[in-house]
Amino acid sequence: MGRFGRYWRSMSSESKGKASKPKAKPKIGVFKFASCDGCQLSLLDAEDELLGVVGAVDIAYFPEATRTMLKGPYDIGLVEGSITTHHDAERIQEIRRQSKTLITIGACATAGGIQALRNWKDVDELVRMVYASPQFISTLKLSTPIAEHVPVDFELRGCPINKYQLIELITATLAGRKPNIPNYSVCIECKRKGNVCISVARGIACLGPVTQAGCGALCPSYDRGCYGCYGPMESPNTGSLTSQFRILGQTDEQVARAFRSFNAWAWQFRKASEECERA
Amino acid sequence: MSGGSGRTIKVDTLARVEGEGALYIKMAGDRVADVKLRIYEPPRLFEAFLRGRHFSETPDITARICGICPIAYQMSAVHAIERALGIKIAPEVRLLRRLFYCGEWIESHALHVYMLHAPDFLGYQDVIQMAKDHRPVVEKALRLKKIGNRIVQLLGGREIHPISAAVGGFHKAPTKNQLREIVSDLEWALETSLEAVRWTSKLEFPDFEQDYEFVALRHPEEYPFNEGRLVSNRGLDIDAAEYEERFAEFHVKHSNALQSVIRGRGSYLVGPLARFNLNFDKLPEVAQKAAQEVSLKPPVKNLFRSIVVRAVELVFACAEALRVIGAYEPPAAPRVPAPNRRGVGQAITEAPRGILYHRYAIDENGLIVTAKIVPPTSQNQKRIEDDLREYASHLVAWPLEEATWKCEQAVRCYDPCISCATHFLKVVVERE
Repeated sequence: MGRFGRYWRSMSSESKGKASKPKAKPKIGVFKFASCDGCQLSLLDAEDELLGVVGAVDIAYFPEATRTMLKGPYDIGLVEGSITTHHDAERIQEIRRQSKTLITIGACATAGGIQALRNWKDVDELVRMVYASPQFISTLKLSTPIAEHVPVDFELRGCPINKYQLIELITATLAGRKPNIPNYSVCIECKRKGNVCISVARGIACLGPVTQAGCGALCPSYDRGCYGCYGPMESPNTGSLTSQFRILGQTDEQVARAFRSFNAWAWQFRKASEECERA
Repeated sequence: MSGGSGRTIKVDTLARVEGEGALYIKMAGDRVADVKLRIYEPPRLFEAFLRGRHFSETPDITARICGICPIAYQMSAVHAIERALGIKIAPEVRLLRRLFYCGEWIESHALHVYMLHAPDFLGYQDVIQMAKDHRPVVEKALRLKKIGNRIVQLLGGREIHPISAAVGGFHKAPTKNQLREIVSDLEWALETSLEAVRWTSKLEFPDFEQDYEFVALRHPEEYPFNEGRLVSNRGLDIDAAEYEERFAEFHVKHSNALQSVIRGRGSYLVGPLARFNLNFDKLPEVAQKAAQEVSLKPPVKNLFRSIVVRAVELVFACAEALRVIGAYEPPAAPRVPAPNRRGVGQAITEAPRGILYHRYAIDENGLIVTAKIVPPTSQNQKRIEDDLREYASHLVAWPLEEATWKCEQAVRCYDPCISCATHFLKVVVERE
């Protein structure tokens, strides 16, 4: 996977360059596309760390939090949301040009988000369902992740992201090291927490085996099956899980819906849901 | 900038709101010619793609409309669906849902009062700048916000898009001990909220009163969260099922959000001011007293004072959370069964920013046939425009930059959540 790509190498040389200018704090910009605002809110929700973070960096652009809007270039561009309009497809190009390191945060930015459900439908018809005057609305047929438009240096998963992973990622990026963000499955988190497997023991359908860790195995800890907020893990065996879901009594429609939610357009989940539809 | 003798006030992005919109104000001489609140948050089409999903997925899916107030979406969704299915929740679950909402109100109001709104009154660009001069206040705000989030985490697993709300109740109910653990924090939060009322009441408010139609839920016994009739100060008194008969949404070209009006009457105001004015008698004594001490009495008609009203609601939410925890007994089962059944259900609950309406029609397999969602900010949108038309007319003689900042401030009083209504707030004031 190109998740680490060129960014931590480039940041290492970057930070060496910075040593000669000790005063300049790294500039961070936070940019929003089609999304719910929740992932950028995670930064403000880091109540214990927030004042530390803003002391270490220069928040140059973050409209949700400040009127100050400084021009780029930015050392780090954090991008939330998916691309759903022509205007946004152009805007991301400029943000890429202005950002030395571009990090996408959350399921919308990394997989198209829940609004990517339109990708299997006729978007004009969907618009007519919601708006009385559909001619006023301009939107693309597909909701797509940022990486389909510009090179991305790191994709931070989750719906929403985990705020501690975000802080780790910013810290690692500024230090020029690889962030400690695992891409194994939710199952590992359940084992670590000592959860009894709800799927094996209680027959509850759970996407944990194919979903990337990061939430702390929340749903199984609350007596329900994982529903896939962090998207596909590194090497998900979706075919095997589909068979398991069927054994547990799920219909093909139900399995397709399970794969088709907040990370529906991530290719492994997309393939799995389309296979269920064809079945 | 417009050329010649005319002037354009232009703020490219209205900051410290949740979402993206633009405000466009056109002045001709000493009068305001046109006001448009443009919401160009890209449409995400929730009501359309909810069709064909199972009702049990609605609390998870609709939460994603808004990262700031996911609980409001979950609560309106589960109540509407429970009504469609004809199921009754356990009294313990009802209490837990109130506690859940207390958490969201505390988190959301603390964020708005201190971090998004207060900088306007104190002359800062943001809370980061404000923290340099008022660090103890900001630290308290962060702790208060965190306590709200802690409640949400306890009940729902995480603060943004919690995972435990379900049709019929919760996936898992907390133990008494888990709730007791946050009592001392909440006692601190209550004291801090009382300070917040005093602190915000000393800010300077522009003299700007409007004759609003206030709309909020009203419940016979309590300050409203999940239940009650929808009432107004002009005689409205309806059940959620009658909402669409009395309210209309219409679509204007400049906005990706639908605007709402009361049929035959026009714009109206939802949110803290409306709740406070219509339900003052239902506030607990500690909140009533806090308001009275700073001479805050209903009806409050000055929108800028909404910051004080939010602080009073913080007092209420902390006191209510303590009351619920004191009375809590875990339910026999965290949720009642919710078998598939054909039906239609509506519900209105009080999001931090005002009433949130949901309606679902469900088929015999439990799949959503149609969904309708009317968020608080789209209900306030028309009212924001009406306010701005009036407010901007007082500012015609002001220097451009200050007038623009003032207009932005007026919009921020609403704590608009444009992600909900669809999102980017940009202010343009143009003078001919």
